[in-house]
Amino acid sequence: MIGIKESLILIVVMAVTTFVTRVIPFIIFPPGKKTPEIIAYLGKVLPYAIIAMLIIYCLKSISITQAPYGLPEFIAVLFVVLVHKWKHNLLLSIGGGTILYMVLIQFFFV
Amino acid sequence: MKLKAFKAAFPYTVPVLLGYVFLGTAFGISLCSKGYPFYLAILMSVIIFAGSMQFVAVSVLTGGLSILSTIIITLTVNARHLFYGLSMLDKFKNMGRKKLYMIFSLTDETYSLLCSLEPPSHIDKNWFYFFIALLNQCYWILGTAIGSIAGSVIPFDSTGIDFAMTALFVVIFVEQWESSKNHLSAITGLLVALICLLICGPDNFIIFSMIGILIVLTFSRRYLEKRITNDRD
Repeated sequence: MIGIKESLILIVVMAVTTFVTRVIPFIIFPPGKKTPEIIAYLGKVLPYAIIAMLIIYCLKSISITQAPYGLPEFIAVLFVVLVHKWKHNLLLSIGGGTILYMVLIQFFFV
Repeated sequence: MKLKAFKAAFPYTVPVLLGYVFLGTAFGISLCSKGYPFYLAILMSVIIFAGSMQFVAVSVLTGGLSILSTIIITLTVNARHLFYGLSMLDKFKNMGRKKLYMIFSLTDETYSLLCSLEPPSHIDKNWFYFFIALLNQCYWILGTAIGSIAGSVIPFDSTGIDFAMTALFVVIFVEQWESSKNHLSAITGLLVALICLLICGPDNFIIFSMIGILIVLTFSRRYLEKRITNDRD
């Protein structure tokens, strides 16, 4: 535990560093210059892979060797996929999936 | 014009509203339970605005790390953001003064919304994107304020509400899957991340996944580029 002043300094350091990680691509590839083809290509295909990676990231703390073996997450994700393919309604898929997940972990997989 | 863009943007941000208010609340509770004042929590959500990083920040502060270690930890946790901008170079090109804020606020959730959304044709694109980013940060700050000021008096058991974020990514995944004939990139992301998670464990796998994804996609460029252009025809 450190004082408020020291904390403030670290908070500013974290804020600046976070911004740096976000701004670097825009500094390396400024709008006036032509973006290299490989970068333009990666910019186009990366979102698909990154969204998939973020799903895994959200589910990273599941243990498949211990009860409930990731079952609540599996059921809720499956629900979201199926309902979304069926109705394409953002709120229904996300709201429904979240409520289902909360019910599952609070009442069924306690 | 602004109001129209705002109204068009809001519905898309509702899932993030659910997720961020909950996660922001959890962050506020977590920081203040260590004895920090509520305004520090809110300040962090205003000037850092990075979900997972702020949870790590709690231990950075309580541990009283040096400036150098703080920079290194921040870079490690946020390394994936280095690549988000690549998909936004074009989108942010003509955003003028808003561009700086768009870059600052490029979180996982804002990134995934911006990647997957095309605003309705009569809506000003730049204001639409801007409001998505701004609303998302407002939700995050709101959650932080709730958690840091009133965290101990929340009346219902909200355990699991953060699944809204997972569900949001799953929905975007489904929509991207349906909009594209070629799934190599999506499958690469899933498999590489899974393999890295199994090998490196939950704390370090993201940076290795990012590198693995870049390698696979770079090497499959010839194959993929042809398919992408075919998709557009």
